[in-house]
Amino acid sequence: MSSLSATIQAVFDEPGCGKNANKSAAERKKGCTKQLQPGGAAGGCAFDGAKIALQPLTDVAHLVHGPIACEGNSWDNRGAKSSGSALWRTGFTTDINETDIVFGGEKRLYKAIREIIEKYDPPAVFVYQTCLPAMTGDDINAVCKAAAAKFGKPVIPINSPGFVGPKNLGNKLAGEALLDHVIGTEEPAYTTPYDINIIGEYNLSGELWQVKPLLDELGIRILSCISGDGKYHEVASSHRARAAMMVCSKAMINVARKMEERYGIPFFEGSFYGIGDTSDSLREIARLLVERGAPDDLLARTETVIAREEARAWAAIAPYKPRFQGKKVLLITGGVKSWSVVAALQEAGLELVGTSVKKSTKEDKERIKELMGQDAHMIEDMTPREMYKMLKDARADIMLSGGRSQFIALKAAMPWLDINQERHHAYMGYVGMVRLVEEISKTLFNPVWEQVRRPAPWNVPGDSWQDKAIAQMDAEAAALAADPVRAEVARRSRPVCVCKNVNLGTIEDAVRSHALATVAEVKSHTNATGGCGACAVRVEEILAAGPALVAAE
Amino acid sequence: MATITHLKKACTVNPLKMSQPIGGALAFMGLRGSMPLLHGSQGCTSFGLVLFVRHFKEAIPLQTTAMSEVATVLGGYDNVEQAILNIHKRTKPEIIGICSTGVTETKGDDVEGYIRMVRERNPEVADLPIVYVSTPDFKDAFQDGWAKAVTRMVEALVHRPPPGAVRDRARVNVLPGCHLTPGDLDELRTIIEDFGLRPSFLPDLAGSLDGHIPDEFTPTTIGGIGVDEVAAMGTAAWTLALGEQMRPAAQALHDKAGVPFHLFQRLCGLGPTDDLMMFLAEISGRPVPTKYRRQRGQLVDAMLDGHFHIGGRTLAIGAEPDLLADVGGMLHGMGARIAVAVTTTHSPVLADVDTGEVLIGDLEDLERLAAERGCDLLITHSHGRQAAARLGIPFFRMGIPMFDRLGAGHLTMVGYRGARDLIFAISNLVMADHEANHEPTPDTWRTPHEPGAVAGAWTEGEIA
Ligand code: SF4
Repeated sequence: MSSLSATIQAVFDEPGCGKNANKSAAERKKGCTKQLQPGGAAGGCAFDGAKIALQPLTDVAHLVHGPIACEGNSWDNRGAKSSGSALWRTGFTTDINETDIVFGGEKRLYKAIREIIEKYDPPAVFVYQTCLPAMTGDDINAVCKAAAAKFGKPVIPINSPGFVGPKNLGNKLAGEALLDHVIGTEEPAYTTPYDINIIGEYNLSGELWQVKPLLDELGIRILSCISGDGKYHEVASSHRARAAMMVCSKAMINVARKMEERYGIPFFEGSFYGIGDTSDSLREIARLLVERGAPDDLLARTETVIAREEARAWAAIAPYKPRFQGKKVLLITGGVKSWSVVAALQEAGLELVGTSVKKSTKEDKERIKELMGQDAHMIEDMTPREMYKMLKDARADIMLSGGRSQFIALKAAMPWLDINQERHHAYMGYVGMVRLVEEISKTLFNPVWEQVRRPAPWNVPGDSWQDKAIAQMDAEAAALAADPVRAEVARRSRPVCVCKNVNLGTIEDAVRSHALATVAEVKSHTNATGGCGACAVRVEEILAAGPALVAAE
Repeated sequence: MATITHLKKACTVNPLKMSQPIGGALAFMGLRGSMPLLHGSQGCTSFGLVLFVRHFKEAIPLQTTAMSEVATVLGGYDNVEQAILNIHKRTKPEIIGICSTGVTETKGDDVEGYIRMVRERNPEVADLPIVYVSTPDFKDAFQDGWAKAVTRMVEALVHRPPPGAVRDRARVNVLPGCHLTPGDLDELRTIIEDFGLRPSFLPDLAGSLDGHIPDEFTPTTIGGIGVDEVAAMGTAAWTLALGEQMRPAAQALHDKAGVPFHLFQRLCGLGPTDDLMMFLAEISGRPVPTKYRRQRGQLVDAMLDGHFHIGGRTLAIGAEPDLLADVGGMLHGMGARIAVAVTTTHSPVLADVDTGEVLIGDLEDLERLAAERGCDLLITHSHGRQAAARLGIPFFRMGIPMFDRLGAGHLTMVGYRGARDLIFAISNLVMADHEANHEPTPDTWRTPHEPGAVAGAWTEGEIA
């Protein structure tokens, strides 16, 4: 365990991580091991995060060492696509039982690795640690080492048991495993001055293939994509790339940064969502490659492709723009892609009524603000009822969100489009953006909405649950408006730090009575931001409003 | 008569089995105003949540005690207490159902003791119904978790009727196994009510996860059976246990409240439905309604039409024991041969499955054996899709999870109507496969000759 906790510490010290930069040394020590509050809805565990990050490697056997819960309940549920091997979709687990818990599961794990190699002969086996064997002390590093020596094949330990933290920690631990055991262990058959790595892209719904043809046209070779449609050998020899693009916000920043440090591969953070962002990313790739010695005609060729593709995309989108006029979108998404999706939607002429930044990093949020101007209406912790009312009041015409909030929108008979990882459509690059616009249009103007909203003919007007919910909410709002004291109580009881259950009033009181000026001070007085740390941005906003608070007194 | 084999291999490949705790959690979702809570690390809950959301296409209530690495070592009292208090405060549930997981079982958390202490220390939850069930995920399977949770509900929630109390002759308890869908429960409810009886389903997923539009947004379950109704189950005249897995729960209800039970191991098909009808006729004292007499005729007709397609099929089936026995039995009765049967856990019904051996195994076994034994029909849950594609044989999805087709909650196999429609669906699938892949060609019946003997002998050049 000690080497694992050292790795976790190292990940927390990640200088590239904005969230960490805000934390004190002591806080960083604790890192993200502070988990969510008991009795809350769960997010994925660190194991889940590690698997999300690595499973798109298509020719690897992904073996989960643990009880049936970890793999049996979740296997083959990702939308990544493969151009070759289907091995990554095969569920391998040791499915440990009571005997393994009492006597240790290392023998079973070793045998499992042997069975996989005998039956499936993959280029490598990745072994994922989970809570139970971590707790009983199974040393997967040792087993992997012994198996690798015995079978003459890479057997890679992915030490990211669920209980060490949330999904995003698992993403990073997965990256560490690649850095420690995979990257730089093989050599590519040949190299070109146009070799790049794409880091943190999972090829969901085959999205990468919406961009790859453009790279192919420019002669740019994806030496390795970590990990979408990736192959073991490509990742192992990815240290020979000339430049790298880091896609999925912060998920694998440690990989990008350490590859720069170790192998001198410069990287930039970019996105292929939205027309503008796609062009910027292509430009940036070309620029980095030319800086690293690629012939500089690449720059001009890239501009030609960009100009052609942008013109094509705009022409395809143009017919939709009038239809979209005045249509408002409610975007609820967990962080990583918020800002790029916002940009994309605005390009299509849609208006945004809000965007959830619950899980976004500070930079994400700032980019949203930048993009949406001063009117940015941040929606955090919206209750389903509020969400319903918001949609119902026609302040939004369509909701775009991840799978879990889907049913609220649909039951409210409101157009909804999936933009999470299980979605069926690919939205990357220029063609993807056009696709997104088509899908929004299809959903928004479907005649089904008018029918499903129609009350049953025997319903008394005003008696439907929708009417009642709206009436109840209006009544509540009216009561608050008429009663400033109650309104103030309601305002103050709004939760700020969900992890530590701290509301706005508590923080305001603390700020006022102790003249607090920094997030750290607020934390030491109220505990707010002491959990996942995501609410630090909101605390800063409260602090920024501080003078007004004092003046109000 | 089948023998039960447990293949010894270290690595499970393409699991058929899902874990016990989420089986227990699903059972709690059939209670009204309920919040199921997994005592363990957050990831287990997250996986369970995603699984059910994708299966039922509904918002799913399920929460976690969020055990961190440190908490698993120190013990989970604080987490259990905080979880109960938070759920109580935020969602005002009528009941909380707690399932343990592997991590907390290995540490040996005394959750019953914790709950007592939580109640003592926090008067606001002193009377809140909380049911705990031990469901370590390193043993048994989904179906076992469901069964244990229902047994615990009976033990904890049913009131013992006062001595000498008269039984309500019109009232029957129904304990459905987890192999029955909300659609099955609705069909059974209609049938039972048509005999003038008033059924109480425990659990009642038909009320909670049947895809209806709720009256209110609540974070807990909507619909389902209320705690008060469960309490009164002790006054019923009979209990119908549906599936062998429900025997312990029915027995517990008998032991606690003296309610006699009748166990229906199978419900799908002509014979099992006849048995159900005759039992209901007997306990209600009413004749079988005309409607069902007609429906029986329809099923018989469907069997006659369907046997052309199902008869002679070589079936590979992967399912939990009760579903395997029920559907496998029905298809066997239509002339299909069960060539491969793979299941997740032990059960007395397995010995009666009409096949040589039932394997406790995974979908790798199912696929391998289906290929070896030339199966031409595959039945299992959605995870069989990869195997089906490789085998190139028709694939009918049954069981949980069913995430890549619509209507999982409404697939109905009970009653004359349910069996009739199931036979149609499977027959149609077989027909479509025949049209797509097995239409005769000029070469279909050509006998292969000795290499080189005839091939090429009559090319045009030679004739010229
Ligand atoms: S939290 Fe632990 S036991 Fe649960 S799914 Fe994640 S790794 Fe497995």
